[in-house]
Amino acid sequence: MPIKVAVIQFPGSNCDLDTVYVLNKIMKIETDLIWHAQFKNSDYDAAILPGGFSYGDHLRAGIIAAYSPAMDIVKQMAKEGKPILGICNGFQILVESSLLPGALLQNDCLTFICKWVHIRTETSNSVYTKRIKKGTVIRIPIAHGEGRYFNDEKALKELNNNDQIVFRYSDEKGKITAESNPNGAFESIAGICNLDRNVLGMMPHPERASEPILSPYKSSDGLGIFQSLKQFLEGS
Amino acid sequence: MTEYTVEIVIENKPAARDPEGQTVQKDLINRGGYNTISGVRSGKYFRMKVQASSPDEAKELVFKMTNDLRIFNPVAHVCTINVKGASK
Repeated sequence: MPIKVAVIQFPGSNCDLDTVYVLNKIMKIETDLIWHAQFKNSDYDAAILPGGFSYGDHLRAGIIAAYSPAMDIVKQMAKEGKPILGICNGFQILVESSLLPGALLQNDCLTFICKWVHIRTETSNSVYTKRIKKGTVIRIPIAHGEGRYFNDEKALKELNNNDQIVFRYSDEKGKITAESNPNGAFESIAGICNLDRNVLGMMPHPERASEPILSPYKSSDGLGIFQSLKQFLEGS
Repeated sequence: MTEYTVEIVIENKPAARDPEGQTVQKDLINRGGYNTISGVRSGKYFRMKVQASSPDEAKELVFKMTNDLRIFNPVAHVCTINVKGASK
């Protein structure tokens, strides 16, 4: 059976087609775009929850999609150890589904932020970073209004101890500073994984940094995440 | 059964900060000359009608609903439920 990935589309998703394009055309991984109501089985090898504003971000970004029946299947897949990636709104959905701990709150600046930032890879020990050396700085865009990661002190300590913090906002040299933290995220957290390391949520958009032609900085740094996923899926 | 009006207020825990409340206080209220006003908190507000046999039952049902459906995120939010009495 060839490897097959699902990108699940909710009302209000965006960058869903970009993600499918990157996986199909650049990574050469067979990928389907599936409307959430049609996502009825866990035959796929991995699932990606794209960015956007599912259900208009009503109540709280990601909460209504978190109660979609599609998420029951995503939870089942996560339990089976299959890779689940949540990008931006996808990260918010994963948090609201309790597949990842914490909360994503309104940015400190109170406005929507859309810009290119740097993130530092904090661990290579995840499905999505196995091909990225720890400490590598990635240039990648963010586009969100509610991306300020929050968790209580005890949980943050556990995330650190368990090596679950995958990406932190940094400057271009990899230094973590207040200025390089665009949204006020606690501990500059940009992405975390679960204990089994197969579920990753990240606010930045790797699919928007996968071809130099689409980047003002000619960055294709986001590809490392998809290359790592491909390597995992191929079992190599 | 009586119809009760129930209100839900959701606000950030102090540790999660409240940038909107802080900005409204500092840059609008205090700057506008209202210096005796402090502790401004922003949040989300819902009002609903609930069929129940008592105010306590109405509150209990809404409490269960807010937890079952994560109307608030327990990691970051405090949720307050008030029964405002029978609807008119």
